Amino acid sequence: MWLWFHKLASPPHAYRLLGKMAPWFGWPALAMILLATWWGLARAPADYQQGDAFRILYVHAPSAWMSMFIYVAMAVAAAVGLIWRIKLAHAAAAACAPIGASFTFLALATGSIWGKPMWGTWWVWDARLTSELILLFLYLGYMALRSSFDDPQRADRASAVLAIVGVINVPIIHYSVEWWTTLHQPASVTKLDKPAIALEMLYPLFIMIIGFQLYFGWAISRRLRGEILRRERNAKWLQEGA
Amino acid sequence: MDLQEFLRMGGYAGYVWTAYGLTALVLLLNWIAARRSEAREQESARRRSRAD
Repeated sequence: MWLWFHKLASPPHAYRLLGKMAPWFGWPALAMILLATWWGLARAPADYQQGDAFRILYVHAPSAWMSMFIYVAMAVAAAVGLIWRIKLAHAAAAACAPIGASFTFLALATGSIWGKPMWGTWWVWDARLTSELILLFLYLGYMALRSSFDDPQRADRASAVLAIVGVINVPIIHYSVEWWTTLHQPASVTKLDKPAIALEMLYPLFIMIIGFQLYFGWAISRRLRGEILRRERNAKWLQEGA
Repeated sequence: MDLQEFLRMGGYAGYVWTAYGLTALVLLLNWIAARRSEAREQESARRRSRAD
C-alpha cells in the first residue's frame, strides 16, 4: 500500500498519469456541459413563478457548488501537504486556487444577474452573498500569499495554514440561509427528505454539476502538470526525459 | 418551439443570455490559461535541459 502510494506521489509518475487522464475528463466535460445547457435552456419547463429567468439556476448553482467543493479539496490537499510533508499535495492545492476562484466569481456574477429581475437588486449584504464574497477573497488571498514568497516551501506552508483556517467559511456559506434571514432561497436539492424541485427541472442541474466536476478534473490535471514541472526544474527525470 | 420565442426567454433574454455567456467565457478563459501555464513550463523545462 505504501509502496503504491509513494509511486503515485512521485512527481514523474504523477506527471505522466495526469497527462493521460486529462482528455478522459476534458471531452466528457464538454459533452455534459453542452447537453445540460441545451436541456436547461430549451427542454426544461419554465418556472411558474420565475418564468424563464429560473434557467440561470443551471449555471449559478453548479458554480456555487464547485466554489465550495474546490475550496474543501484545496484545504484537504494543503493539510495533507502540511502533515505528511508531501510536495505533490501542496502543488495540488496551489493548482486548485485559480480554478476555484473562477467558479466563485461565476457564482457571484450569475447570482447577481439572477437577483436583479427577481429581487430587484444586483446585490444585498446578506449572509449568503457576503460569505460567498469572503470565499472569493480567501482564494485571492491564498494566491497573493503564495506569490509573495520566493521560497516555494515557505509559500507552501504559509498558504496551507490560510487555506485550512479559511475552510470554516464553507459550512457558514452552506447554512447561512438557515441561520440568518436572507433574500436567498433555501436549498431545494440537498434536502434530506425530498427535493423541493420537479425532477424534469433537476436532470439538467445534475448533468451540469457532473460536467463542471469533470471540467475541474481536466483543469486540475493541466495546472498540476505545470506546477510539477516548475517545482521539479532541477530534477534528474526532467533532464533525462522530456 | 420557434427560435424567436426561444431567444426571447420569456422577456428575460438579457439576464439569461448574459449569465450563460459569462459562464462560457470564464470556462473558456480557464481552459486557455491552464493550457498556457502547462505549455510555458514545458517550454522552460525543455530549454533548461538543452542548456545543460
